[in-house]
Amino acid sequence: MDTLFFRLTLIVYLIASAGFLFFIIKKNKNVGYWSHRIMLFGFALHSIYLTLSYYHLGAVPALTFKTSLSFLSWTIIAAYIIFQVKFKLMVLGSFVVPFSTFLMIISSTVPISTITVRPIFKGVWLPLHVGTSLLGDGIFAIAFIAALMYLIQERQIKSKKLGAFYTRLPSLNSLDSLNYHAINYGFLLLTIGMITGSIVAQGSHGSYWRWDPKEVWSLITWLCYAALVHQRMAAGWRGRRSAFMSIGCFLILIFTFVGVNFLMEGYHSFESLERSQLP
Amino acid sequence: MIKIVNIGMNHETAPVELRELAAFGGHNIDEVMNAISSIKDIKESIVLSTCNRVEILFTTDNEKGGTESVIDFLCRYSQISREKLLPILYIYNDQEAIRHIFRVGASLDSLIIGEPQILGQVKEAYRIAVDHKSSSVILNKLMHRTFSLAKKIRTETEISGSAVSISFAAVELGKKIFGDLEGKKVLLIGAGEMAELAATYLVHNRVDKIKVANRTFRRAVEVADQFHGETISFEEIGDQLLYIDIVITSTASPEPIISSDQVKKAMKGRKNRPLFFIDIAVPRNVESRVNEIENAFVYNMDDLKGIIESNLSKRKNEAVKAERMVDEEVIKFSEWLKTLDVVPTIVALKEKCKKIRQIELKKTLSRLGNLTPEQRKRVEDLALSITKKVLNDPIVFLKGKENRSSRDLYLDITQKLFNLGSDNENTNKKSYK
Repeated sequence: MDTLFFRLTLIVYLIASAGFLFFIIKKNKNVGYWSHRIMLFGFALHSIYLTLSYYHLGAVPALTFKTSLSFLSWTIIAAYIIFQVKFKLMVLGSFVVPFSTFLMIISSTVPISTITVRPIFKGVWLPLHVGTSLLGDGIFAIAFIAALMYLIQERQIKSKKLGAFYTRLPSLNSLDSLNYHAINYGFLLLTIGMITGSIVAQGSHGSYWRWDPKEVWSLITWLCYAALVHQRMAAGWRGRRSAFMSIGCFLILIFTFVGVNFLMEGYHSFESLERSQLP
Repeated sequence: MIKIVNIGMNHETAPVELRELAAFGGHNIDEVMNAISSIKDIKESIVLSTCNRVEILFTTDNEKGGTESVIDFLCRYSQISREKLLPILYIYNDQEAIRHIFRVGASLDSLIIGEPQILGQVKEAYRIAVDHKSSSVILNKLMHRTFSLAKKIRTETEISGSAVSISFAAVELGKKIFGDLEGKKVLLIGAGEMAELAATYLVHNRVDKIKVANRTFRRAVEVADQFHGETISFEEIGDQLLYIDIVITSTASPEPIISSDQVKKAMKGRKNRPLFFIDIAVPRNVESRVNEIENAFVYNMDDLKGIIESNLSKRKNEAVKAERMVDEEVIKFSEWLKTLDVVPTIVALKEKCKKIRQIELKKTLSRLGNLTPEQRKRVEDLALSITKKVLNDPIVFLKGKENRSSRDLYLDITQKLFNLGSDNENTNKKSYK
């Protein structure tokens, strides 16, 4: 049942991605609106899939690499839907939805691994820790995409060669403002994610902080974003400079999310989570 | 057979002096409309007169006579001799006339392809024709098709997509930088005509306040008043850069007025809020290095011209797509026009039967003497239903031949069989008037 919903979600996302790409190429607004609706439908299926997984597993479905990718993809779409309400930049979907779909495709290629649910995985703190951290990551992904779009558009205007992207991409101001808001909210959620994470660690390992690689890299990521937030708010950074920095921060975040799990050993790695014993 | 004819001149065929002579101004348009619709051979007519074209679109049974009369009228009205007038006129008929009005409405025949005003002008010309009751079945349909096709072409192609004037391109760029121009502050340095025009567009986009700096102070006050703005002196420009969002420079100064260092300094004070320079002065008033500063954007005259040129060629590419859509629509409309050919014969057939029915009823009713209203009605119904049923099959048959090449043959047979020739002329006119 779960895999059925997973596959359905993937198929619907693929259709929505194709629609969004068609929309940006042909500038056909109707196709855009429909792609958005299809994406919402996919998001609903995705939510059902995650709920069923949670129900069957008895724990938040983000404890393996496979499931956490799918969960991240869900939070990115969720963040996009929320930001869409305020910013109404449909063309953002042409970047976000294919990106999310790409994560789902990777997730679908990772073999299913069984996981022993330890008592610590139950309860309220772990879902809170995973949920806020990953939603923060999703929002940072939106900031990353907005920064990319900003740089493309800025390049077009500065070089005075107004190419295909010039008419399709939104104004520099809306992209910068989207990036600004995404960084702020993402940072808030990441902070909450780290605090709740230390509470989980206290419960499972008896200490709030253990210098585990994931913890260290999360701290580095947090510090980078903190610097960015500071520069934007206090030093009045905007435009290209903050776009570059938010792209840099996001690359570190990706390393924290993926690299640390595979390259370094620690209790946070998916491998160790799959084991039945605490390391 | 009804024909559509279009006689006119445009920016390509006629120089402006002659177009002016032939143009129908606002006050005498009634006179012109009446004169044209009173021409014997003309059934329906629409007169379109803009600064780039003068056209008379009409339908007629007598193509030659109608065309001649309209040319005569144009000679008389414009006081241009026939020898001079003929070379600058174009005369289109049928499919070509349909194609022409479609192209005009879709702005494919305009001086600047895709300019949006022409559609409004065509609509106005049609409204005047409707007011004068000079447009009927055929031209009504033709005009409605013109409007819907123009709309379709505008939405499905990018024929009017991007800016093709300096001021418009500048405003468009401003929107891509600031998103919304509402509440943005504008500074004009130098108050030439071009700068004024750009400022007008910006005001249309609800910018906040316009400030003007000019060497001759009186001119600055003049322009500032026009936009309810204020004047500043040249010395204040540096300070103003902290608050202004858009700067339009157009002075004749041989040295740059805005230096890179000045902008760099201002950027700190304005917390990197974007600053957009539109430099339409030659030689340039803004140092080109300013464009390298983060969040500062400089477009000079050459840059803007470059954009316009590339936009114009984009429009020409899109026009190819639009021409294809016009071709499709011309075929569809010609098909519809052909279906009209069977209408007069069908109407004549019905009229003939109606006449016979009325005559025979009169005879019979007078012979039958006193009938109750009920009985009288029964007899009338009987006659009506017999003629209706007899006519049903021939009419269905003729309608089925609307688009076939054998149509003319069957129309001919029908007219001969029922001896319809005698009063065909009258019914023909009635059928669509």
